[in-house]
Formats: sequence, C-alpha cells, structure tokens
Amino acid sequence: MIGYAAVVQDFTFLCGKTLAALARPPWYIRETIFQMDRIGVGSIFIVVLTGLFTGMVLALQGAVQLEPYGATMYVSRLISTSVVRELGPVLAALMIAGRVGTGIASEIASMKVTEQLDALRAEGTDPLQKLAATRLVACVLVIPLLTIITNGVAILGGWLIARLYLGIDSFFYWTWAFEALRQRDLVLGLIKPAVFGFLIAMVGCYSGFSSRGGTVGVGVSTTQAMVSGSILILAFDFFLTKLFMAIP
Amino acid sequence: MIEIHDVSLTLGEQQVLRRVSFQVAEGATTVILGGSGSGKTTLLRLMLGLYKPTSGFIRIGGEDITEFSETDLTRIRQNMGMVFQGAALFDSLSVRENVGYRLWEHHLQPDEDIHRIVEDNLRFVGLEHVIDKMPAELSGGMRKRVGIARALASGAAILLYDEPTAGLDPVNTFAIGQLIARLKTKGVTQVVVTHDLDTAYRVADRIVMIVSGRILFEGTAQDLRNCRDQSVREFLDPASAVTA
Repeated sequence: MIGYAAVVQDFTFLCGKTLAALARPPWYIRETIFQMDRIGVGSIFIVVLTGLFTGMVLALQGAVQLEPYGATMYVSRLISTSVVRELGPVLAALMIAGRVGTGIASEIASMKVTEQLDALRAEGTDPLQKLAATRLVACVLVIPLLTIITNGVAILGGWLIARLYLGIDSFFYWTWAFEALRQRDLVLGLIKPAVFGFLIAMVGCYSGFSSRGGTVGVGVSTTQAMVSGSILILAFDFFLTKLFMAIP
Repeated sequence: MIEIHDVSLTLGEQQVLRRVSFQVAEGATTVILGGSGSGKTTLLRLMLGLYKPTSGFIRIGGEDITEFSETDLTRIRQNMGMVFQGAALFDSLSVRENVGYRLWEHHLQPDEDIHRIVEDNLRFVGLEHVIDKMPAELSGGMRKRVGIARALASGAAILLYDEPTAGLDPVNTFAIGQLIARLKTKGVTQVVVTHDLDTAYRVADRIVMIVSGRILFEGTAQDLRNCRDQSVREFLDPASAVTA
C-alpha cells in the first residue's frame, strides 16, 4: 500500500515539475512539432481503422436492438451520440496509449539505461523540459484532433452499413446523426481527449524516468505504461462523464 | 580546482562512499583507481551534481555545489564535460549534432562557428570522416572518441572520464590515453576514473585509489608503485596476492 502511495506521489510530483517546466524557457518548439508529427500523423492510420470498425459494428448491433421498435432508421442517433460522447475519445485514447504511451516509455527508459539522460543533464539540458514537456504538449494538442478524426470516420463507417446493409436513406442518416448531438457533447468530446493526452504523455514519461534494472526494466516500463495508461483513461472517463452530468 | 571534502553517500540501504576527501588541482590530471563497485563512478557523478552527498561538500572552482539547484548546476556544468562509460551519445542525433549539442542547445556560438568547432574537435580525436554518421554506425572505440570530442567541443575547462578505456582493444586504449595526455598539455583539468593501470600511470599527475567507498591511497604514480600497503598491492598485482 505504501508502495502504491509512493508511486502516486512521485507521479504527481513529475506532473507538477513538467507543468512548471512548461512555464520557463527554453521552449523546444521544433522538438514539440516533431513530436506532434510523430504522435499525430503517425497515429492517423490506427485511429481511422478504429473509428471505421467501431462505427460499422455499432450500426450492425444498433440496428438489431432498434428493429423490434421499428426504429432502425434512427441508428445514426445511437452511433453519433455514443461515438462522440464515449467510444471515440476512449477507443482512440486506448489505441494511442498502446502506440504512443509505450513508445515514450521505452524511449526514455532506453535513454536512462544508456546514460543519455545523465548526458543531457551534463550538457546543461533539463530532461523534463526537453523530453517530458514537449511530449505532453504534443499529446494534449494532437489527441483531440485524432479523436475528431476517429469520431468522423466512425459515423462514416456507420453510414456505410446503414446505406449498404440496412437501406437507410443518406439524408435521413446524416440529419439524425447531427440532430442528436448537443453542444455539450462536442465540448466533452474534446475535453476528454485532452485529459487523456495528458495522462498518456505523463504515464509514458513516468514509466520511462522511473525505469530500473537495465534492458529488462525497459520492457517493464513499456508494459507499465500500457497497463497504467489504459486503466487511468477508463477511470478518468468515468469521473469526467460523472462530472459533466452533474453540471446542469 | 575541485575539492571533495569529507563526502559520504548512501544510496538506498547501501553506503557507497565513506568520508572521502581529496583535491584536484587546476590543470592537473587525477586518476581515480579502484575495482568494480568501489564508488569511483559515483564520485564522478557527485562532481557533476547528478547525485547529492549525504554529508560533506564538493567545491568546483571555489563554489560549493552541494545544495545547488538544477539551474545553478547547469551553470557549473557549462564549464565541465563528461565522457560516459558507454559514451552516451544521443541515438537520434548524428555525430555532428552530438558533438555540437551543447553549443547549439545554448546558442553559445554562431552556426558557422559551431560547424568549424565540431570539425576541429573530431579532427583532434581522429574521426572527422564519421561526422555525418549516426552513433549506431560507430564502433565502441569510435563512440568513446566522439564522446571525448563532445566533451571538448564546449570548451570545458574540466573533463571527467568514466572508464574511458573499458572494453576497448589495445590500439583504441592507447589512442584514448594519448588524447588524455594531449589534453594535459592544453591545461585542461581532468579526472579519469579507470581500473586500467597502464592508462593511469601514463596520464596521472596524482592517483587516488578507492576501495569499498574509502580512499586507500593518494599520491603520485611513483608513490603508488612504491606503496607497500597490502590492499593496494593486491589491486596492483592480483596474481602475486593469489599466489601468496
């Protein structure tokens, strides 16, 4: 129990120090843009596939559930609300945690094992500014954009099934898809991925910086980043949803 | 000048250094000898401010760095260079970018001058032909020499070497010994951690021997050769100790 408390404490300190590092120069703008490209452009393919299949499955399953009530034509409402509110942000974040969070953890852990973190400090560079802050900014900015892509492609995937398999009129599908969405859904759908981006970056950095035990430790850090990142995403999804539902 | 005064360090449960004191004169080369796990590398890291001593203090150029913040340490480190045991070159950067890292990072020189300094330092270590290669394309000896070039490029007045010849063939070991000897003539203050006696005898103005975190010997290379202390003799001539 004390061990877990210490981890939470260390993680919180790391988050605080990284946020503080963001407030003082130097700001590694070129490195941040490079990370945005690596995280953002590099993840487009997996979030497109995630969105496409999620939307298609939702259309198939939703139609089965709505058919007894003669409401199959409203399947786009089901798809757009569930994707924008929950599935889009969460599934995109989980996929990105698997690709990006583990990448950050293994890269930093490898740098630690090979003394590159010490070398950075010896060269007068703060690793938190150079490595953690740049990745944090990149994740917080890019993951909401990736989530928008996921959402869009998921609704598009649902339309493919609705049009080709369920025979729903396109105009009807798109009208109800957008009709169902409220402004707060869109706001929540963007706040959540920003928070998930923060978690993915910081869990990855924490796992990397706290790596121990040579190359074996690199593997452990990578696994830890994936597991802890995924659990935190799911837990924060619940709390954020609860919080927004409490706001009138 | 570097002054280590009564420094002890405990990491976790283990006491790594016990009341270590010695001084490194400006422009001199001090070799720290000792077996594996004796605390030599830890001592270098303390000098660089990567660890803080549990007790005692460290002065670099008259400034007590023991309680320095990371920002103050960054200022002190700008006058120091470190050659890490595994070279610790940045994987994602080319040799050119590694060697000029500090100069580019802190905008210490105009771009053209940095390129010239990088080329000069790579020429000094005999590696100007690998300037655009990546670290992964270099041999162990080359990586170490690029590490030395990186430490030199910033114009550091103090150079710290962590096992610069470990794992190298005799040719590369000799080449690195030569480099350290050449830097002596330039007035660079050097601290060399090693367990390679030949290199130690070749480059040292003074030798400090550490065993189990304690200083066992301090003096010149000649003093070390003449030392009759049993533990020192065991380190210098393990074969005779085993026979005895």
